[in-house]
Amino acid sequence: MPRVYLDHASAAPWHPAALAATLHVATELPGDPARAHAEGRAARDLLEAARAAVAGALGAGAAGVAFTSGGTEAVHLAVRGVAASRPGRIVSSAVEHTAVHAAADATGAEHVLVGVDRLGRVDLDALAATLRGGAALVNLQHANHEVGTLQPVAEAAALCREAGALLHVDACQTAGRMPVDLAALGADLVSVSGAKFGAGRGIGALAWSPARASARCSPATSARGAAGRAWSTSPASPRWPRRCSRWAPGWRRRRRAATACAGACAAGWPRSPDVEVHGPDGVAAPHIVAASALYVEGQALLAELDRTGFAVHSGSSCATTSGEPSHVLVAMGALTHGHVRASLGPGVGEPEVDAFAAAVTAAVTTLRTRAGVAAG
Amino acid sequence: MGGVVVDALGESCPVPVIMLARAVAGVAVGTEVVVVSDDPGAALDIPVWCRMKNQTYLGEEPAPAGRRYRVRRAT
Repeated sequence: MPRVYLDHASAAPWHPAALAATLHVATELPGDPARAHAEGRAARDLLEAARAAVAGALGAGAAGVAFTSGGTEAVHLAVRGVAASRPGRIVSSAVEHTAVHAAADATGAEHVLVGVDRLGRVDLDALAATLRGGAALVNLQHANHEVGTLQPVAEAAALCREAGALLHVDACQTAGRMPVDLAALGADLVSVSGAKFGAGRGIGALAWSPARASARCSPATSARGAAGRAWSTSPASPRWPRRCSRWAPGWRRRRRAATACAGACAAGWPRSPDVEVHGPDGVAAPHIVAASALYVEGQALLAELDRTGFAVHSGSSCATTSGEPSHVLVAMGALTHGHVRASLGPGVGEPEVDAFAAAVTAAVTTLRTRAGVAAG
Repeated sequence: MGGVVVDALGESCPVPVIMLARAVAGVAVGTEVVVVSDDPGAALDIPVWCRMKNQTYLGEEPAPAGRRYRVRRAT
């Protein structure tokens, strides 16, 4: 079997439509969209069509989308933008992506973390209690990047509204895979990453709710002030529109397929004794399956799978050798060694999933044998 | 009942947990096993091992080097 790529949650292959749109911009649209000549107008027309397409897909107002260089910049724009215009505490779940925690810490505002349960879901009672102390902004991811857990965003949104806090939802793992809609989520801001779902590298977006498009939560306003107009007029951004319009009708079918594959993949895990599968059944992002195996080192497991033809991610780093163990696994009270995350995408079907389940079992057995330990 | 002490100083994850599993397998139910470890991962993974393997985690305490993690064989 050719190599099986199971790291779509880190970077997904380009969708052909995104590639075609980018090629079109590179070869046919030389103009700067900020200029008044015909070439500039042509670029601007496509840019604004892209903005309208993304706004439509995410349920934002026409003026409520800023293009960024990727998910990280979108997150920083959201957090720093809100912090610049609204004084107050920032509250984040303990399992947010490092970019969210880093952005909040960088603002200088008080940053409060709220814990999660064994499945990685934010503790809503603790969130409510924290919000009683006041907050300007709450950061809550749509789905966790390491274990796939979907957060109770609507419930958190109700708490935020009650407390007068804005809600920023990091949807980098769900955009392009599940519906992401500002109103349905109850979010004020949503950040997305193109690289994660095939829209191409170097592209992301921050969208904000039309209901909240006033000065008090317009991050682009402060971003423009800080960094000129580059945020919203990046010439790279026209690559997005076709992807959005062409992918939208097919997502339900792809989601069903991905969910079926993820289910089969998870079902394969318990064949390895002493393996803990992470995240809840049924309320996880369809593309992420994660588990931890006792008695094996995560990076060694990654290397063994890589050697046998499977690309996966591991959130396990021995604290003594290569830094900190995953803050997500620590917050969940999960095993921090032996973690592997497989994330599915186009081209991963049942044969690949079956082969992967067998390969994981073999790799875990190999490593345990090498360490002189038998599970059971 | 006499306990067992496992010296895992200098070992990094997952070795302290492997040593704990071996030691627990070799003692009678009710016996306490103490792992002495200076690996930060042990503080996280020894309690999780106890949960996964239905053993009793009694807690941790400082040691001259590293920390002592106390486990009682329950099954």
